[in-house]
Amino acid sequence: MLTRREALLGTAAGAAAAALLAATAATPALAEVQAADISTLPREKVTLVAPPFVHDHQQVATGGPKVVEFQLTVKEQPMVIDDDGTTMQAMTYNGSIPAPMMVVHEGDYVELTLVNPETNEMPHNVDFHAATGALGGAKLLDVNPGEHATIRFKATRAGTFVYHCAPAGMIPWHVVSGMSGTVMVLPRDGLKDEAGKPLKYDRIYYIGENEFYIPRDENGKFKKFDSLGDSYDETLKAMRGLIPTHVVFNGKVGALTGDNAMKANVGETVLFVHSQANRDTRPHIIGGHGDHVWEQGKFANPPAKDLETWFVRGGSAGAALYTFLQPGIYAYVNHNLIEAAELGATAHIMVEGKWNDDLMTQVKAPAPIAAY
Amino acid sequence: MKARVPATIAVIAAALAAAASGLSIAQHSGRARTAARLAPIETVTILPGAFTFRLPGEYLRNGKPVDAPTRTVSFQAGFDVMKYQVTAGDYARCVVDGACEAADGNAAGDMPVTGVSYRDAEAYAAWFSGRSGESWRLPTDEEWSFAAAERLHDDALGLADDGNPATRWLARYRSEAAGQAERDPQPKPRGHFGANSRGVFDIAGNVWEWTSTCYVNATLAPNAAVERSVENCGVRVVDGRHRGYMSTFIRDGRSGGCAAGLAPDNLGIRLVRDEPALVALLGWL
Ligand SMILES: [Cu+2]
Repeated sequence: MLTRREALLGTAAGAAAAALLAATAATPALAEVQAADISTLPREKVTLVAPPFVHDHQQVATGGPKVVEFQLTVKEQPMVIDDDGTTMQAMTYNGSIPAPMMVVHEGDYVELTLVNPETNEMPHNVDFHAATGALGGAKLLDVNPGEHATIRFKATRAGTFVYHCAPAGMIPWHVVSGMSGTVMVLPRDGLKDEAGKPLKYDRIYYIGENEFYIPRDENGKFKKFDSLGDSYDETLKAMRGLIPTHVVFNGKVGALTGDNAMKANVGETVLFVHSQANRDTRPHIIGGHGDHVWEQGKFANPPAKDLETWFVRGGSAGAALYTFLQPGIYAYVNHNLIEAAELGATAHIMVEGKWNDDLMTQVKAPAPIAAY
Repeated sequence: MKARVPATIAVIAAALAAAASGLSIAQHSGRARTAARLAPIETVTILPGAFTFRLPGEYLRNGKPVDAPTRTVSFQAGFDVMKYQVTAGDYARCVVDGACEAADGNAAGDMPVTGVSYRDAEAYAAWFSGRSGESWRLPTDEEWSFAAAERLHDDALGLADDGNPATRWLARYRSEAAGQAERDPQPKPRGHFGANSRGVFDIAGNVWEWTSTCYVNATLAPNAAVERSVENCGVRVVDGRHRGYMSTFIRDGRSGGCAAGLAPDNLGIRLVRDEPALVALLGWL
């Protein structure tokens, strides 16, 4: 068992290093140069929304670079992760798994305030894969319960980038407990196809995939722990086996099905951003395709075309653009179908519109073979 | 479609109703014998009656999926059904006796047993019959639907063919998804979902119940008569908030369902009892 005191002590060395780095960053010469540039830029404060939805944003930037302000508040809370009521002691940004997606344009500055309320047990931070230096900003954002901190980083590369918690000594535990999200840095002139022609989307969905490692009791039933600290030892042992008990989209088995299924219409183009902060995955739309896919999620590379399944490396986010051509219920899965059907990695998309007989038609309905 | 045993029973029951009074002694002695071995099971007597029943399965007319036709089904003798679903505690006794395999559900005691397949349900019915000296079996879809009364969900979509096959898929999905996010799929202690107008508890709650009725793919003639059908008894009807079809070995409907559909929350058991007299009579025929 890990007490809060031990957890805090575990990061003492890291905190000292962070203080040193912070002091370096604040040396007069460096600070003056940055302050002069930044103070003239327009600012925008964005209110984040819970996935699979994404806050309103421009696809093509109309002005010059700006400073975009976001806030993440860490919420440590038990969360139910399947229909059997299996409860995980989760760690989250803003209370959702995955954490909200942030959208900016290349050349913008992301200004992130991380709040760690006093009621929490653990220290937390954020490692932005979109950022450069200081372990993705984590070194400048180490906050203990009762603290908050702010960093600003320049979005220099266009693409979808994972962000996740990375506290010294406990990184994978925080990540698989729910602390990851995505930053999407769009090119200022928007997305483009392989020939440089503009691409637009009518809807965007952010699918965060997580795998969980829930310890079992002697009867094989999932255990429930009273606190985060209580869950640590056994969860770590389960993690070391590398066999997840759950692989889910949006934090829970079935979270994006039924009433909460994603929606689209025939003729609409949808951008699906798919992140997995820890483990490889392979998104696939059953009955559909990826028209333009940035498997690695980086928009300076031309998109691959007409993919059936795309590969998203653990620790990255990919983006797939698809125009729906046929109405119906689509399953959006991790095409390791065992993970999709047995462990939870299935979402549904309800698509309305006119059926295209040319693309598909039933020539002969099921009938007894004798009657054929 | 094939004639079913329960229908036969109903006919015999009507013909031999006069003999019933003479059989009550055998019935009582049967109960007395079981009392020492098994806790008495509470039942509800479903009185004779008739209702409009929508046939289970998938139906095509002119090569297009349509709502299944309805038939008037009458139960001339009535039947006894378990007042509550088989509980985890009940089922555990079958496991202890070595006649049932441990269920996958995590319920215990007075909670309904879940995580059981059709095969498990059949094994339980056989064991329970042996231990009670009575004849217990899974209900047919017709019997379950009649017992469910006002809780029966009509799975007709009432849609005209618009040349768009997806219209039915979307409507079916929407109807099964309605309110799903607000509902708790966790099994509840028995009685939680209350009784229906026939006094049957927890029917169409969040535990679906296995029936003995086979899945059927059928083609309808213009007059709605079943022109031809293919029955698949490897798949049985599961009844609950909506009607479903599951392979007989599936214990968790969420794994057994298709990729783009909505599955039952849980799979459980409720049995019906054949009158001892009728079982005996059937044996003579
Ligand atoms: Cu953390």
